[in-house]
Amino acid sequence: MLKMKTPKTGKARRELDKRAPKLVETGKKTLILHGTKTSGVLNNVLTQIYQLKKESAVRFSRKNEDVRPFESGGEASLEFFSLKTDCSMFVFGSHSKKRPDNLVIGRTYDHHIYDLVEVGVENFKPLESFSYDKKLAPKAGSKPFIAFIGEGFDSVEELKHLKEVLLDLLRGEVVENLNLAGVDRAYICTAVSPNRVFFTHCALRLKRSGTIVPRMELVEVGPSMDFVVRRHRLPNERLRKEAMKTAKDKAKKKEKNVSKDVIEGKIGKVYIPDQKVGEMALPNKAKGVKRERREAKLRHGEGNKHASKRQKEDSQ
Amino acid sequence: METEPQFQIELGNLMAFDLHHNFPSPPSSREELVKECLKRGTELVQAIANTLFNLPSTVDVDGPLVKLPLPTTRLPREKPLPKPKPPTKWEVFAKARGIKNRKKDKIVYDEQTGTWKRRYGYDRANDEDKVPIIDAKITDEPGEDPFAKKRADKKKKIEKQEKNRSQNLKEAAKAGALPSHVQLAATALPITGSQVVPKKVTKEELGNVAGMAATSTASGGKFDKKLPGEKPAKHKGKYRKFLPVVEGKGMGSQERAQTEKVLNKLFSKNSHEMLNVNKAVNMYNVKKEKKRKNKEGKSSPSSSKLKPKKTLKKKPLNKGSSKKGKAK
Repeated sequence: MLKMKTPKTGKARRELDKRAPKLVETGKKTLILHGTKTSGVLNNVLTQIYQLKKESAVRFSRKNEDVRPFESGGEASLEFFSLKTDCSMFVFGSHSKKRPDNLVIGRTYDHHIYDLVEVGVENFKPLESFSYDKKLAPKAGSKPFIAFIGEGFDSVEELKHLKEVLLDLLRGEVVENLNLAGVDRAYICTAVSPNRVFFTHCALRLKRSGTIVPRMELVEVGPSMDFVVRRHRLPNERLRKEAMKTAKDKAKKKEKNVSKDVIEGKIGKVYIPDQKVGEMALPNKAKGVKRERREAKLRHGEGNKHASKRQKEDSQ
Repeated sequence: METEPQFQIELGNLMAFDLHHNFPSPPSSREELVKECLKRGTELVQAIANTLFNLPSTVDVDGPLVKLPLPTTRLPREKPLPKPKPPTKWEVFAKARGIKNRKKDKIVYDEQTGTWKRRYGYDRANDEDKVPIIDAKITDEPGEDPFAKKRADKKKKIEKQEKNRSQNLKEAAKAGALPSHVQLAATALPITGSQVVPKKVTKEELGNVAGMAATSTASGGKFDKKLPGEKPAKHKGKYRKFLPVVEGKGMGSQERAQTEKVLNKLFSKNSHEMLNVNKAVNMYNVKKEKKRKNKEGKSSPSSSKLKPKKTLKKKPLNKGSSKKGKAK
């Protein structure tokens, strides 16, 4: 007897169905946590990232000692948290003398670590230090504009990876219909040098211009910081291929030798190989051939074999 | 996705990417850097807005609504693709016979009481269990309780249905398409409906591991029974290296090198010199690096890349010279 574990309440069943794999995926949830030691700066950074992503993020407030993303054994805790909170991205902060103000941004696939990027935070300016007209403050959960500036994002390996990860982190839900009145925030990432990215969050002010398109004005509101790329780990090829699969990717196998005709409909050609007339075995042996062989056998002479052969040829 | 004169714009993600920009010289101050970034950012955002606002929009209560295209940058999924679930036994049967599902009403007329009652559940219409008297049929045996029989039949029906349901779920689990709210078996399968992909171990890795395990036995793996087709373990240990008996040209150069190596090792262990040359060189290099860093400021990655190479070059030269002094 196979034991079946099913949820007893409708609510539990609905929650489990929400976590099931879907054909087309919407926004990823982020898990924000920190390790054994953090600095004041890092705490602020983590809190403000959480505020930027309020609905789609989970923040752990306790310290987690055995989380070491880059070591082979230290990922088990992260994978467990990812499974329990259903978060496929995580931001892990830690502080040490060798790596001060360290942020590890990682993604998971099927609740196993997919890839990691480690950045150091420098020149952090918190939300409070920016003074601006409060009416412009972007609303929580609005879809942001994302801008990447710098050729480094295309040429340097680590920056390419960081760009992909930042896009995944910042983009929010994938929506089909967008309300144009509700666009009010933008993230600007600039590659200042091959290992440093300047990141800032701005509110958008739409000014009246002559055309339908309003004139955009950026006002810095949110946290701004410098990311110094430290380490990164790309996913291995097999995992990457599997994660990038989408439903439409299956190429339809082309049916060979089939063509459609307007008059006759579906046509296919039947290919028959050449007949080798000389080498074919005759199905019906002529009666004369059989009798000759029988008579030749009865004679028991030396020249018997030759005689029978000659006769055969004659009859054919 | 459009390619403007400089930018790559992706409307599905509201993203813009400026490929061709780079800072010709590291900006002198922080404010200038910020200003420059904001300026470029404004340009990019304006470019996205240009395309965005020109899309066909429908008027909505809150504001104009536009239909965004699908994002084009491929980002990895967070969970594997769901597999299509195999049809249940009833579904197969219904499809074969052409049985279609008919919509039933929730409220049915009950003849007994003459009211409208629900079709199933508590106090249902036309409830067969509620009949007070059951007429005896000719086929009925005397002494048999028809009410008990009814109850037993119902139990059997429920059991059969459970069996069918678990069979269907087993089929689905085999195809990898278990519904998300069901977990089969006492050992809980992952909720995601997929199994952990076993790490593919290569032939070499297996051989290495087997070799390591073999050498840890008492006889070093020499007398272990091997499976058919298994190659004997390669001994990856160090063997002693003897010098060739007849030397080529260069009289006794190999022997000299060997002796020199041994002597150097001995001397370096037992030298009680006041000055540790290597340490001194390291400290000097570190100091120089710090000085340079402070001079040039933070944004000097190119020079920092060159620095470590320089220090590496210095070390072997000094090492050789110090050793020569000692040997003599």
